[in-house]
Amino acid sequence: MKTTTILAAGALVGLAAPVFAETEITWWHGMGGQLGEVVNKISADFNASQDEYKITPVFKGTYEETLTATIAAFRAGEQPNIVQVFDAGAATVIAAPGAVLPVEDLLKANDVPFDIEDYISGVRYFFADSDGKMIGMPFNSSSPIMYYNTEALEKAGVTPPKTWEEFETVTAPALKDAGYIPMTQSHMPWIFTENFFSRHNLPFASDNNGFDSVNVTINIDAPEIKDHFASFKSWVDEGLFGFYGAAWDDNAKPFEQGDAAMWLGSSGSFGGLAQKADFEFSSTYLPYWEKITTEPKQTFIGGAANFAMSGHSDEENKATAEFFRYLTSPEVQYMWHKETGYVPITTAAYELAKEDGHYDRFPAAETGILQLSLPAGENTRGYRMGFYVQIRDVMNREYTRLLTGETSVEDAFAAIKKEADELLARFSQTQS
Amino acid sequence: MKRARFDHRLLPVALLIPQLTIIAIFFYWPAWNAVQSSFYLQDPFGFGSQFVGMENYTRLWNSSEYMRVARFTLVFTLLVTGFSLGLALLLAVKADKVIRGARTYRTLLMWVYAVAPPVAGLIGVALFDQNIGAITDLFAALGYDYRLGVSYTDTAFAMVVVSVWIQTPVNFIFFLSGLQSIPKPVLEAAKIDNPSGFRRFRDITFPLLAPTAFFLLIINITYALFDTFGIIDTLVKNNPASNPMTLVYKVFIDGFRGNDIGGSSAQSVVLMVLVLILTVFQFRLLERRIHYT
Repeated sequence: MKTTTILAAGALVGLAAPVFAETEITWWHGMGGQLGEVVNKISADFNASQDEYKITPVFKGTYEETLTATIAAFRAGEQPNIVQVFDAGAATVIAAPGAVLPVEDLLKANDVPFDIEDYISGVRYFFADSDGKMIGMPFNSSSPIMYYNTEALEKAGVTPPKTWEEFETVTAPALKDAGYIPMTQSHMPWIFTENFFSRHNLPFASDNNGFDSVNVTINIDAPEIKDHFASFKSWVDEGLFGFYGAAWDDNAKPFEQGDAAMWLGSSGSFGGLAQKADFEFSSTYLPYWEKITTEPKQTFIGGAANFAMSGHSDEENKATAEFFRYLTSPEVQYMWHKETGYVPITTAAYELAKEDGHYDRFPAAETGILQLSLPAGENTRGYRMGFYVQIRDVMNREYTRLLTGETSVEDAFAAIKKEADELLARFSQTQS
Repeated sequence: MKRARFDHRLLPVALLIPQLTIIAIFFYWPAWNAVQSSFYLQDPFGFGSQFVGMENYTRLWNSSEYMRVARFTLVFTLLVTGFSLGLALLLAVKADKVIRGARTYRTLLMWVYAVAPPVAGLIGVALFDQNIGAITDLFAALGYDYRLGVSYTDTAFAMVVVSVWIQTPVNFIFFLSGLQSIPKPVLEAAKIDNPSGFRRFRDITFPLLAPTAFFLLIINITYALFDTFGIIDTLVKNNPASNPMTLVYKVFIDGFRGNDIGGSSAQSVVLMVLVLILTVFQFRLLERRIHYT
């Protein structure tokens, strides 16, 4: 009898629970494949952890498609509560002050503790405004790092190159002789351009890399980067570097298949690589040119941040803030880091990963965060340029033409400089 | 000819309204919007826009990249139209002569029509892929280093091949039915007059096929200009880079990837004018010279 009552009461509670209205929020993201599964798991765990809020993640395609869908939705007044915007789209979103709620304001208004010093240094300011106020909450933060096939390097009798000089004279020729494609890279604008400037602490754009003004011009025609691409071109021609166009996967595949010995990819590729590669691999820092600097600096984060969109009720904003609280908790960050390879964004999460012995088991997983924690310089904070998706497309176009011999180094960089500055001027015109 | 007369004035209007509404909502309204925003520069989120006059158009005119895309579109359209019509005509003439198993042959030649452009593009990607593509391997065996997504001409080649492959069956169906509607006595009379198959085709069959061929020409040009979008999109794989692309794809890239609404609108207006010219050309110049039975 007593048991029945308890059961009945239990059933009643179970029935009654949904009566409390949950605040529902949506989260648009661009994480496909294995990354998307982890995003879904985080959302499900958040929903299970409490019963006041419910988040629904929606996969909207590539980063570019997610941004476009968000803009279209915003113009129609149907924007999601949270949207994941990638590095190249940051300027577009941050320059539209009415479109997003600065995450720092949102958290403080909803009594979620926030201190920018809790975040690791390479992550802090990329998605911040010129005053250092955090606008977007860094989510899948990654940095370009160098992966290498351990066996291939052993076979060729070389160690992972620290500098491009070493790569050019020692590592690459040895790997080529051992029958490998010495190296491939998956993203020329991100790895060989933006982070090239950061690693060598060179200014990428005028006005504090674009953070201080919209009237910005790009420094793409700096002699150092021209020189780098001239070397890149000669490596490709001599078979010291594999080039498979601008698509990420086409360049990653030779490494995954064991044909290429080294690959410049994202620290966030670690999880997927661990699933796909059936050989032992590890990772280290992005090489630098000794002739440019003897004190290489940190790189900055790529990947994307979560932005809270404006135009929602206070209850929904509260739910968004609570989700951010959950998302930035050390446990969730560690899980995200462990499953995907994206860096943990807070020091607390990093400490947790260290304590748990994650890096003893997978030393390669620590490279991204270590590289982001290298000494900073005045040009390592990031960049802020409008219409940057189009500028990246121009870079990819001219770089590919350069590498296939359709244009020269001088012409390619002159073309990028001209078109990029035109796009930047056009963007600043939309902001006036 | 006696003119039909309607006693009710409202009935025809009422019957036309559904159609007119659809055209107004899905064509006139967006077209008007495109024309309007082509004279403005907007920030992506739509907070403000400013009148810039013809700037969006002069930008296109001065852009070497836009001109490069326009040139590619022209060559691409010529190649796709030429090959898919030529190939379909050849297949139709041959299939028309087959007697045994005719239906099977025809079905086999037609089924590709059912493949949607993006799917065709994906098949193209699988066949031409740098790392796993079967055709790439074939080229490698022949000593050619085929590079989809790297070499401009190689990528263009894949785009043309896939586009022709998917369009040929449509043309084939039309050509075959065109051939079968040519009166047998005419062909038999021609056979008595001239034993040369090629001359009979040139002097009798082809002129009688002309209405079909002309109709297909227009259909194919619009196909190559507009409907190949899905194929190009899948072959480009979200990386425009130095890959060839058509004008329609450029509208999409600038507007939906680059978030430049004004510039992209100006490009769609240019395309609208192009289609208008094509239509006028179709009705004014060519229709007069073609004899429909």
